[in-house]
Amino acid sequence: MQLIKPYGDTLNDGAVQLSFTLPVANGAKAIEAAIQYTKKLGFTEAEVVNAHPLSDDFTFFVVYGKTPLAIDYDKIVVEEIEKPMDFYGVNSYIKEHIQRKIAVIGACTGTDAHTVGIDAILNMKGWEQHYGLERYPMIDAFNLGAQILNEDLIRLAVEKNADAILVSQVVTQKDVHINNLTNFIELLEADGLRSQFIVLAGGPRISNKLALELGFDAGFGRGTYPEHVGSFIAKKMVEKMMR
Amino acid sequence: MNRSKLDLDPEKIDYAREISKKITQPVQDYISGHTTVSVERTTLRMLGADGIDANEVPVPNLIIQQLKERVGEGTAKFYINALLKKGLTPSALNSEIANGLDISTLEWAESAQIEKKAAELVQSFSSRVKENVGFRNEKLALHNSSQSTPLLYLIVATGNIYEDVKQAQGAAIQGADVIAVIRTTGQSLLDYVPFGPTTEGFGGTYATQENFKIMRKALDEVGEKIGKYIRLVNYCSGLCMPEIAVMGALERLDMMLNDSMYGILFRDINMYRTFVDQKFSRMVNSFAEIVINTGEDNYLTTSDAFEKAYTVTASQFINEQFAFESGMPARLMGLGHAFEMNPEMKNGFLFEMAQAQMAREIFPEAPLKYMPPTKYMTGDIFKGYAMNTLFNFIAKSTNQGILLLGMLTEAIHTPFMQDRYLGVANARYVLNSMADFSDDIEFKKDGIMQTRAKNVLDQSISFLEQINEKGLFNAIEQRMFAEVARPKNGGKGLDGVYEKTEGYYNPMYSFLARELKIN
Ligand code: B12
Repeated sequence: MQLIKPYGDTLNDGAVQLSFTLPVANGAKAIEAAIQYTKKLGFTEAEVVNAHPLSDDFTFFVVYGKTPLAIDYDKIVVEEIEKPMDFYGVNSYIKEHIQRKIAVIGACTGTDAHTVGIDAILNMKGWEQHYGLERYPMIDAFNLGAQILNEDLIRLAVEKNADAILVSQVVTQKDVHINNLTNFIELLEADGLRSQFIVLAGGPRISNKLALELGFDAGFGRGTYPEHVGSFIAKKMVEKMMR
Repeated sequence: MNRSKLDLDPEKIDYAREISKKITQPVQDYISGHTTVSVERTTLRMLGADGIDANEVPVPNLIIQQLKERVGEGTAKFYINALLKKGLTPSALNSEIANGLDISTLEWAESAQIEKKAAELVQSFSSRVKENVGFRNEKLALHNSSQSTPLLYLIVATGNIYEDVKQAQGAAIQGADVIAVIRTTGQSLLDYVPFGPTTEGFGGTYATQENFKIMRKALDEVGEKIGKYIRLVNYCSGLCMPEIAVMGALERLDMMLNDSMYGILFRDINMYRTFVDQKFSRMVNSFAEIVINTGEDNYLTTSDAFEKAYTVTASQFINEQFAFESGMPARLMGLGHAFEMNPEMKNGFLFEMAQAQMAREIFPEAPLKYMPPTKYMTGDIFKGYAMNTLFNFIAKSTNQGILLLGMLTEAIHTPFMQDRYLGVANARYVLNSMADFSDDIEFKKDGIMQTRAKNVLDQSISFLEQINEKGLFNAIEQRMFAEVARPKNGGKGLDGVYEKTEGYYNPMYSFLARELKIN
């Protein structure tokens, strides 16, 4: 067992910095409310170090609290992420195990107009000096850009004989991405096409966990490089072929 | 202020303007010969068309559906004729149309009568807008001393207009001079303007005339309370560019995002459609004295800000020409640019400052709109806050006109109320503590900043020369802007473009052209 707590300047002091807004006018009562609220969150000590009115009925607080709660670090489990292959590794893996070029198609779908993320993965130029999948000799990559309807993406994936479909979602306000990603999977299933493709979701607020929940094969968030995606697709295809 | 701190060659600047004029000329020729469904719907709205039918289709759209192939003749005469033949007021006629009245098959009134009625409707549009302009100018003069320079510009984007009102009033109290209501994702691709107050939006709120009215009233109220005139901004872009301009003119908006090429490059709207639409929208904005904000900052989200700085300058020159050709005076041109260089870059600050100062010197009368860092903002909100401080420093020291406040949570969500407060607090600190800094400094001769500005100007000129050689339509097709290629006949909305017939009639267009002294 290894119990840990947040660290300020002394081990196990449990010091945490918080900032939040309460929907009340600033004043002694508001400050007391912020303190009591912080204590309700489980902090034993709470000090309001700054309170500033945002309007007649909102106040912003910066609070320092000390928490008694600890967590057993030994009990924390995360998914082990396999080290991805690099550009060369992915290409030679495909050549050896799949023995043909693989085709991937991608788009930023629905009303979402952000192309930079999907471009980073697919376009020749790539992202932060990591080549995009278009540059991989063993991959044919088609990038449809943004604002693509789910129906159109699926139709083109069939037309191009794609092995994998890449869906990017950047706007997440009011869960618009969840609706759109769910709709995508439903359409694939309705057409009986789900098992034909490897389907990946990606975007700054997409996690692997979320994507799996929604019925995708994997999800990729912030900091993804093209080779992560290439590795996953290649491995997954081989896995599928074995079955 | 008149002397160039950057030692830019005025002849080069003049030359860049000359080529830009040459670039936009062939586009103007195209524009003159064409109208679009949105230009026509705009005209109809100016005449009084409004409302929706049982399926929520706006009356101006119903009229376009009725007239289909005849849109090229100009739709105004059909609407005016219907008013005369039915003996109705515009609002009564609107209800009839919503209930199924077809105005394409009515008998024709005499053309003298149509002309007379047109003059009357032009007059009532004109006086409503002029009243708005008068009101705004009066309030601005009254409260002149309470505004910041540059103007502090804040965004609200909850998706719900009533929620937006709370956030906007809060932002005004915190010190905003300008409030922009961001539009919902996807609205730019709608070929109609939704109707009524709305409470559902993604990443923003629908632009509707009713929403404009609600927000205008809320800002006037809070403005009265704090002794200030709060400017209201919306987005005059997408497939309904000119229609939204007219709604803004009627509801006294003060600024509009309005770029001549943004829709083409970033929303994949057809280029012919966009060029025709942008002109009419800018004519309306000019008449209503609405400051436009152009979208050069967007280039830097897809291209590198250091490498491609010249595309921003070149686009500013092009936007300026398109605006001149719509009768817009320089004082209404909020030409855009942004602080988007990689924070890891050595001397990045100097290059940013050179760019901002250069824009100031090239467009001395324009209320330049300076956009904060977005692309290199991350989840490290503390670093982001520091970047925003440097951005504010440049905005003040180079006399930008409109300062879009940076949000420390840019990479995470649309702003929380406290994020805005922190943005204002940062800017106010910088603006006050460096109030007269810009008058007090000179730039080193042939130093890093002078050299950088000269280089970027030279690159812009050779870029403009290339565009001129190819023609603007081809240049866009061949990926010269924002690293995207847009085919001439691709994109959305081309089916809404019509060649004007010989007898094309549009009394509102003619009126605006006369007022603005253009053709
Ligand atoms: C650039 C940008 C724009 C540009 C986009 C230009 C373009 N052609 O893409 C423009 C100016 C057009 C724009 C518009 C809007 N934007 Co914007 N934009 C941004 C900005 C500044 C950067 C995004 C970016 O390019 N990141 C860089 C890329 C490389 O990162 P990435 O997308 O995360 O991609 C990586 C990973 O996520 C992953 N990945 C992404 N997709 C995929 C897909 C697959 C299959 C895989 C495997 C991996 C993967 O790999 C990439 C590389 O590592 C962010 C703020 C920020 N700093 O993040 C706001 C931001 C994303 N935008 C936002 C909003 C709201 C909008 C608008 C809706 C505003 C409006 N109402 O008008 C509009 C969009 C309209 C629409 N129809 O979508 C919000 C989203 C809020 C939310 N959580 O919902 C943000 C966070 C800003 C904010 N704080 O408000 N925007």
